[in-house]
Amino acid sequence: MCCADLSLAYAQEHPAASRAAARDLSPFVVAGADGLSRVELAVEGVRCAACMRAIEDGVGALPGVAKARLNFTDRRLAVEWRGSLGLDAILAKLDGLGYRAHPFDPKRPGPVEARETKRLIRATAVAGFASMNVMLMAVSVWAGNVSDITPETRDLFHWMQALIALPAAAYAGRPFYESAFRGLRAGRVNMDFPITLGIVLSLIMSVVEAASGAHHAYFDSAVMLLFFLLIGRTLDQTMRRRTRTLAENLSALRSETAAKIFPDGSVREAPLSAVAAGDRVLVRPGDRVAVDGVVEEGTSEIDRSLVTGETNLVAVGPGQAVHAGALNANGALTVRVTAADAGTLLDEIEKLMARALETKSKALLLADKATRLYVPLVHAAAALTMLGWLVTGAGWHAAVLNAVAVLIVTCPCALGLAIPAVQVAAAGALFRDGVLLNGGDTLERLAEVDTVVFDKTGTLTLPEPRLVGEAEDSEVLETAARLALSSRHPLAAALAEAARHREVFPSAREEAGLGVAAVIDGVEARLGSPAFCGAEREAKAALERHPEASVICFRHGERVSAFLVRQALREDAVETVAALRRAGYRVIVLSGDRRAAVADAAQALGVAEWESGLTPAGKIARIEALKAQGHKVLMVGDGVNDAPALAAAHVSISPVTAAHVSQAAADALFMGRRLGPVLSALATGRKAKRLMTQNLAFSAVYNIFAVPLAAAGFLTPLIAALAMSLSSVAVTTNALRARLRGPAAAPKSARRRAGAGKPKPTATAAPALQTA
Amino acid sequence: MDVLIFMIPIALFLGTTGLAAFLWALRNGQYDDIDGAEHRVLMDD
Repeated sequence: MCCADLSLAYAQEHPAASRAAARDLSPFVVAGADGLSRVELAVEGVRCAACMRAIEDGVGALPGVAKARLNFTDRRLAVEWRGSLGLDAILAKLDGLGYRAHPFDPKRPGPVEARETKRLIRATAVAGFASMNVMLMAVSVWAGNVSDITPETRDLFHWMQALIALPAAAYAGRPFYESAFRGLRAGRVNMDFPITLGIVLSLIMSVVEAASGAHHAYFDSAVMLLFFLLIGRTLDQTMRRRTRTLAENLSALRSETAAKIFPDGSVREAPLSAVAAGDRVLVRPGDRVAVDGVVEEGTSEIDRSLVTGETNLVAVGPGQAVHAGALNANGALTVRVTAADAGTLLDEIEKLMARALETKSKALLLADKATRLYVPLVHAAAALTMLGWLVTGAGWHAAVLNAVAVLIVTCPCALGLAIPAVQVAAAGALFRDGVLLNGGDTLERLAEVDTVVFDKTGTLTLPEPRLVGEAEDSEVLETAARLALSSRHPLAAALAEAARHREVFPSAREEAGLGVAAVIDGVEARLGSPAFCGAEREAKAALERHPEASVICFRHGERVSAFLVRQALREDAVETVAALRRAGYRVIVLSGDRRAAVADAAQALGVAEWESGLTPAGKIARIEALKAQGHKVLMVGDGVNDAPALAAAHVSISPVTAAHVSQAAADALFMGRRLGPVLSALATGRKAKRLMTQNLAFSAVYNIFAVPLAAAGFLTPLIAALAMSLSSVAVTTNALRARLRGPAAAPKSARRRAGAGKPKPTATAAPALQTA
Repeated sequence: MDVLIFMIPIALFLGTTGLAAFLWALRNGQYDDIDGAEHRVLMDD
């Protein structure tokens, strides 16, 4: 009923709006040459087989629908239909079934990741096939070498192996060859270079060996190496793609359309790409502003917390500027567009972010630590082996053969798997804890963190405001809460939560920009701004007690009350911050919000270092200052204004909401209403780093034994293969420990490691931070 | 050892068949929705 009232009031104000039902969704539909129309939808709330069934059967029953298939893994519904059925009919059907769906814009960049994953899987399959068949024949040769194989049969087997291994390696090794080549062209030697060199050299050597009728060939080592490396890489890629798909679904939930007012006065929903500067758009109460522009008609209050971090509602009227990303509270606005698709404040923020990302990638180039240590060692060992054998006068053949043996033995699975196996296992464990990783080296960077910077709005606090728990007359509260049900104002929504009887007062009507009024028990009741209720005195008194909160007033006849609403801290925020401090992390709060609001939150959390009223550029400056002092900063933030700061930090994590810009920038996302995932992300990062170090140490020990043997020419293919398999099994088993956990493991492991020689932040080195 | 003339091609043929079957399944979208398959098996239509 409240909706009906609202739309009535709204239609009276804007006659054009009543015709807004026709949504212009055609840009989302792809028309195929075969007369079929296709669309892909992100569907919310799919949980079980019954949901799948209901959706597929429901949409499939619409006239003309040829196919409706729900991908449960991606939560996406693909629909194909023939004829005049509109997308809005499909959306309406889904809405009727109880699922909200959002179409994907087909103009978005194509799924490069998906193609890359499929390519890796195909390469893995080919390498697996080749390694099994080659191994089959290689084992026959080894067995034959110690019994009665004839040279002809051995040669036949070697050539058969070549026939399988050469094309398979040429195809399956392409991801490595291409990456190595790209690296070389950019002027650096990456991890894929020794792999490529080892594979190519061992294949060439094997062909030479086979041609000369030798006892051994190394096709098996080359393809098995490829197979194991590809498994690791595929698992890694799959995990990351899954994260990205879910993040993409979220970004589809963001409003990418605006209600455009056409010259003939009609209002239709249009994608942002179809809105230009100079157009007029309608922003309804409860809508997010999709464009930058100037208000032409109407007054309202807007919530700019996503853009600036400021949580207080700001009043806007004709002639004032509004920015994309702000949430319109209570009045309808007609906005003349100054920038829609490009050039908005959002784009400015994205530009800042791109600059920050650039500086980070430079740091990443330097931080390719494993490669720096590993690659020269391998090459030096192989070169030394060859030189040694040449100096002792063994001839080219034996020298090159032993050098290749060193290359094969040093770059096999143990080292190839040491890092990716831990990454995959840890990413799986984090997924279980509600953390999604967005980048390959996030774990390693999480492990290096010593300073945690929190944003306040939407991160330490829950995104939606809550009523401050004060002893109020429960009857008055109930009446006010029921009246609040009739308003779309965010402060009223917080008050409405308190209503026990969720029926609206039939006489309630919303006065745009002021509040709601109704006649209750024959007496007029008003809910809204202090002026609207004539309650300035009460509002002032209430705000003196809680300067950080916002106030909403209620008048029923002569009785006047002021309710305080603020963004409440996440339920486990205090414990999480305490656990972080116990573990030895320096905790800082940087916020764009008002001083009072930030001071209150910082005090509740026991955080001494905080700053308020910061612009995005100001946050970056603070983080850069911390970085300059040698601190590794984890930035935890939500909201568009945090996106550049997230990108500037050493590593970043962001709660999952609809602010998609910051999600694209964050290295990890966490789900749910708790802050605890930040703690487990840090703990898992440290654990993963420890396991990676162990694995690398194990590989190093393995190499210390294997390299001299190979260099001395003692290593037969059988022993090499056994050593290779055993070392990779050991490394993988160790990596699986990243999945194990106890309930108390997270803070404890962080605490134990925190004491171990980590640079303690010094008070003198701190930047100019206010102290509460 | 003459039997090898038959055995090796047969072994390779069987291996290739397996590989081809896997690649077909991949292309056919059998692995696109792993989580959905476990629910779909319970649907009767």
